[in-house]
Amino acid sequence: MPSSQTLLVLTGTILLGMAAGLVGTFAYLRRRALAGDVIAHCALPGLCLAFLLTESRTISVLLGGALLTGLLGACLISVLRRVSRLREDAILGTVLSVAYGGGIALTRSIQNTWRNERGADLESFIIGRAATMLRDDVIQIAVAAVFSGLVIVLIFKELKLLSFDEQFCRVQGWPATCLDLLLMLLTGITVIAGLPAVGVLLTAALLIVPVAAARFWTDRLSVMMITAAAFGAVSGAVGTLLSAHVNDLPTGPLIVLTATALFVLSWLLAPNRGWLWNRSPSPDPSTIHESRSSAGRQEQTE
Amino acid sequence: MSRPESKESILDIHDMTVAYDRRTVLWNVDLTLQQPSLLAIVGPNGAGKSTLVRAVMGLVPMVSGRVTAWNQPVVKQQRRIGYVPQRESVDWDFPINVQETVLMGTYGELGWFRRPRAAHHRRALECLERVGMQEYSRRQIGQLSGGQQQRVFLARALAQQADLYFMDEPMAGVDAATEQIIFKLLASMRDEGRTIVVVHHDLRTVAEYFDTVVLLNVRVVAHGPVETAFTAHNLQATYGGRLSILDTMAEAVRMQKETD
Repeated sequence: MPSSQTLLVLTGTILLGMAAGLVGTFAYLRRRALAGDVIAHCALPGLCLAFLLTESRTISVLLGGALLTGLLGACLISVLRRVSRLREDAILGTVLSVAYGGGIALTRSIQNTWRNERGADLESFIIGRAATMLRDDVIQIAVAAVFSGLVIVLIFKELKLLSFDEQFCRVQGWPATCLDLLLMLLTGITVIAGLPAVGVLLTAALLIVPVAAARFWTDRLSVMMITAAAFGAVSGAVGTLLSAHVNDLPTGPLIVLTATALFVLSWLLAPNRGWLWNRSPSPDPSTIHESRSSAGRQEQTE
Repeated sequence: MSRPESKESILDIHDMTVAYDRRTVLWNVDLTLQQPSLLAIVGPNGAGKSTLVRAVMGLVPMVSGRVTAWNQPVVKQQRRIGYVPQRESVDWDFPINVQETVLMGTYGELGWFRRPRAAHHRRALECLERVGMQEYSRRQIGQLSGGQQQRVFLARALAQQADLYFMDEPMAGVDAATEQIIFKLLASMRDEGRTIVVVHHDLRTVAEYFDTVVLLNVRVVAHGPVETAFTAHNLQATYGGRLSILDTMAEAVRMQKETD
């Protein structure tokens, strides 16, 4: 029987995995998978600034600051993409590392100043401290998960249109820019809620890896989203239990490694899109996939 | 479908100028469409054909100019205006099937939060039938050929039931048989009283299929019925002295004479 602390951590990581799967599906399909990474890295200086300005250790204050700078970083990137002639990867790489460098410098200087005081352990946000997750952290994650889930269910149709064909979305009169910002906000909330558990460096992986794994199993967006949420939840649960049983292994990395294992399995085994499925010509030509893909090939060579 | 009796223009582009990075792409374009027609926009590469359509739809900003549809700004008439973007503009590996893609044409009238109902699904299937794609309704869109993907985009536009359509190179990468199907469909849409504006690159088919033509090269060189506007002289003015093009032009004009 797992201890009550383990149950608490389990609840937190499972909810986080689900939220990341839901939100990550759209981020992934909009080719914004790295936005989560940018937000997470830009969140670190925000955490520190919030601590320096308020000298508060309240997690919601710290995360408020993190969300602010995280979203600022995301906005900075979309502005730079428009006004500079830099390539997107250069912009992402620069903003991400500058924010992270600044964040590391700040956490270390805070650590040195507040050496003996409890709670100034901002460095724990770098790779997370899921094993010592507090009730407040779990509530934070639950709120983020429920909010993201509700918004996505409510405007599923609109987000689907935006993700598939932004131009068509615009000419039909939908506020594509606002929808995009809303998606960015959901990404930000999920990433920030996950920071105490998984940390700046790994939260983004939760947005990407379970989603990429889910893509192998289905050609339907709704099914893909649910699969991604399930993969996220399983990763959270397995990672947490592993770290509870294997001493001294941090939870965050184990969650990400579990998600990656699911990804590799999906990539190998999934019907139709999996590697094994595509490697050898199927002996049975009546399988749906074979007839589909060969038909597609013929038509394309016309 | 009720139509206004007065001489209300379907589309009115006034003094449109568009520039990318200080390079003028469209200069002082004036264009008025008064009656339902099947119109081809032709011109050399870089003439601003797609830009013209995209500026009308509000996808690229204008330096100056005004666009109205049925005497109102385009943003107020979005439900009545359909758009078929270039096929390459979307990710065809997106997890969505043919019918769901066509259903997107009904999203505008559905509005916020509402999901498509049985009637919308029926309409989507009818539109697929019109483009000859009904048996593909459950296919993932990436498993279609280029011509089939183009027809899915057309079905999506049909599902919107608009009165004015803009289509950006719908014949690009399409085989001859599909081209026939598409042209037949466009003609039947025109006969229903709709206006279809097509960015087109194949001069040889202009005279055969279109009733109206706009010859564009940054400015509007000529605009009018194919019989009067699609002349060797106007083509020369549009394409300049490009020799390879001149052969095509000669052929195009010859074909037009044959059909006359």
